[in-house]
Amino acid sequence: MQLTGDRFTAETASFGNDLSTLPNFPAEIRAPAGTLPGVSSFQLHFADHDILTPGDAPDVLVAMNPAALKANLADLPKGATIIADTAEFTSRALKKVGYTSNPLEDGSLASYKVHAVDLTGMTMKALEPFGLSRKEASRSKNMFALGLLSWMYGRSIDGTVTFLQSKFATKAAIRDANISAVKAGWNYGETTEDFAVSYQIKPAPTPPGTYRNITGNTALSYGLVAASRQSSLPLFLGSYPITPASDILHEMSKHKKFGVRTFQAEDEIAGVGAALGASFGGSLGVTTTSGPGVALKSETVGLAVALELPLIIVDVQRGGPSTGLPTKTEQADLLQAMFGRNSEAPTPIVAPASPADCFEMALEAARIAVTYRTPVFLLSDGYLANGSEPWAIPDVETLPTIDPGFATEPNHHSDDSAEFWPYLRDPQTLARPWAIPGTAGLEHRVGGLEKADGTGNVSYDPTNHDYMVRTRQAKVDGVDVPDLEVDDPTGDARLLVLGWGSTYGPIGAGVRRARRAGHSVAQAHLRYLNPLPANTGEILHRYERVLLPEMNLGQLAMLLRARYLIDIIGYNQVRGLPFKAEELADIIMKEDDQL
Amino acid sequence: MPGLDGVPTTDVAQTKKEFSSDQEVRWCPGCGDYAVLAAVQGFLPDLGLARENIVFISGIGCAARFPYYMNTYGLHSIHGRAPAIATGLAASRPDLSVWVVTGDGDALSIGGNHLMHALRRNVNMTILLFNNRIYGLTKGQYSPTSEQGKITKSTPMGSLDAPFNPISLALGAEATFVARTIDSDRAHLTSVLHAAAAHRGTSLVEIYQNCNIFNDGAFEILKNRDTREEVLIRLEHGEPVRFGANAEHGIRRNPNTAGLEVCGGDDPAVVVHDAQAPDPSRAFALSRLADPGTLARTPIGIFRQVERPTYGDLMNDQVDQAVATQGPGDLAGLLHGGDTWTVE
Repeated sequence: MQLTGDRFTAETASFGNDLSTLPNFPAEIRAPAGTLPGVSSFQLHFADHDILTPGDAPDVLVAMNPAALKANLADLPKGATIIADTAEFTSRALKKVGYTSNPLEDGSLASYKVHAVDLTGMTMKALEPFGLSRKEASRSKNMFALGLLSWMYGRSIDGTVTFLQSKFATKAAIRDANISAVKAGWNYGETTEDFAVSYQIKPAPTPPGTYRNITGNTALSYGLVAASRQSSLPLFLGSYPITPASDILHEMSKHKKFGVRTFQAEDEIAGVGAALGASFGGSLGVTTTSGPGVALKSETVGLAVALELPLIIVDVQRGGPSTGLPTKTEQADLLQAMFGRNSEAPTPIVAPASPADCFEMALEAARIAVTYRTPVFLLSDGYLANGSEPWAIPDVETLPTIDPGFATEPNHHSDDSAEFWPYLRDPQTLARPWAIPGTAGLEHRVGGLEKADGTGNVSYDPTNHDYMVRTRQAKVDGVDVPDLEVDDPTGDARLLVLGWGSTYGPIGAGVRRARRAGHSVAQAHLRYLNPLPANTGEILHRYERVLLPEMNLGQLAMLLRARYLIDIIGYNQVRGLPFKAEELADIIMKEDDQL
Repeated sequence: MPGLDGVPTTDVAQTKKEFSSDQEVRWCPGCGDYAVLAAVQGFLPDLGLARENIVFISGIGCAARFPYYMNTYGLHSIHGRAPAIATGLAASRPDLSVWVVTGDGDALSIGGNHLMHALRRNVNMTILLFNNRIYGLTKGQYSPTSEQGKITKSTPMGSLDAPFNPISLALGAEATFVARTIDSDRAHLTSVLHAAAAHRGTSLVEIYQNCNIFNDGAFEILKNRDTREEVLIRLEHGEPVRFGANAEHGIRRNPNTAGLEVCGGDDPAVVVHDAQAPDPSRAFALSRLADPGTLARTPIGIFRQVERPTYGDLMNDQVDQAVATQGPGDLAGLLHGGDTWTVE
């Protein structure tokens, strides 16, 4: 089902619609088919205008079995179209999910447009010439459904045919069967009178440029490759497989020709340790993980704070605590990234707002890490990781360069000698010099013990420790981040809706709805969480009320309240799914009505 | 020396003093660490390497202060993780000579996992495992190599754990170079360090090191002139395995078990040590000879020394191969891969 969704998305992107996707699948690899927990779904929202979310209420549901119908029916508005595979609506399958009668026949779906179609049977018929087993042939029914949907929405299936030709290049029978199934589905739509209506969604008006559809994990990977190129630092990724971050490791391992080294470590600790070791040697050290992995890496991140070496920690957040909801989304690791280490160990934190934004924020994480010699957290999440959207591909010649500025000469001169002091800081950035092994004359030792300011020698001096703690904090507080921008088209909004991370899309969609309903509402989105943009306090104080939806119990709200003494109104949900635009529009209008 | 291929050398003569940092050494007076430090500082000039291309990485423990005293690049990291950190450095920088300094607690308790996997991968680095069979830095608790029944602050009625045998452990983890030496035997220590540095891959050197504060005399039986010849077995590649003041004892296969046993020095069945045997079984059997309680029949020297491609070399070969077959990375090409469309 995920493959079918991917293909329909690709067809839709090629057609020029704007789009947003929400793949949703169980953590189990082969969850029992036909059960409610086993339902794997792929939601796609596309339009002839700029859209921000995968949609709250799908207009069409393709239900391959009773479980899929039952799991998704509640999201469908009345009048929506349901296409159901009758072959799977057997009494046994119905009973498995608690239906006492067949909803396709008992009238309970009367308020929907139901197309009960024998997808399995027709697929089998179409594939008879290929001599496949029953099981193999029935696997192609998803392709039949894809063909049917493609016809309904006027998408070309050419791209999918090409894709199938290359995917199954070595399995001729499977390749031909799948291609026949897609075509059979298309032809069925065109021939049968059941689908008299087909829908025409025009391409969305978008700025000129070359576009592609991209998921957050892929954009993030490309951003890291770009950061390596722009900094001339070879990239070393130390990682341990964990959902939903593993695809970054997979993607990066394909790019060895860019000098990318990927290391699948024995555990999360070794992953970040190897990355830090590589950073010590002059690589761009990166580790990718999810929340439970961050917990294991914390001690090494603390070491990186003490060593003051560049390191990027990518946390693709998922539901927790503990193993939690591995395949579902959440943004509840903010405080872990902010404070989850012993003592005072500040780290910059950035968070992309959308799948495509992962590219730019990966570059930003690298810029901050290298410029300030510091570990940097990049907080993505499951929704960004697997969700996709069209991306205007940037011109690589316009990407910013990152200067590692390696130390090459002694930096401390006295009457009779010239020495290298590893903790003699740049007065502007407070960054320490980065001298990599192999640089003659700059041999030095660093470590987790507190270091004397300047020389970097081990120091237990109380005043020095206080100074170093404050200096590390001042360095992070002084990281150069762009100002927060506010979208307040009428200029008279009294309510500001603030967000961070993947809530950008749903909040934006909710704000648009509220505006269409006559509300003046402002929106701002934080992509830099530590340090916060310098104008954050001023902007928050500009509005009578600040509403902050978060997929946690109020973590950013807590930080902002403490920092700016503002009574932020939180709107919090931790359901493992992104917010819906409609519910946010409701809460936005309710808050605005009270002002 | 294959282990140092790719590491820049110098023609300028080096001295021990050049390898000593300006930091005051702060181990307890009489600690065995001093002897090891002196041996390392004294032997490194013989390698003739550019000093700036040498890196010492340590974890936590008394021995972990080692890098601060070496005038090379150094990194004092966190407990147990030095092999993991060194893996990233060694794999990404084949031009460096990478050394890990660790102890029995650091390497075998908290860091056991990383040690095991570094050995399995055969990352090109030399691990010096200072084994004093006690926790020194935390003031005297038993360690994973302490003999069972050890009375310490945390085990007033005696420790319950069976000890690890670091040599057996390393051999079981597919190590390509495994050796044991003793802090006080400068000549032996130096010769083992030479061989370890020359080996390409992970070299594990267990160094019996005396903690004169919390476990004084733990290896006395192996050091004392009156006792050592009766208990110490010096392994030499290609030589029969004999010991005793007049080589009156030997080691032969026990025909009834897979193991080894003591026999007379003139027994024709005395085995000849082959450190380069592809099969590690004999080396493992040698590692099991010692009595973990009394240290009777303790072999020192190189147990195993075999060639196997290193992790870093294989990793860098893949990078080179990717560039050779696909051409160097083209970022614009990467970003434009897949289905694209253009809006005019």
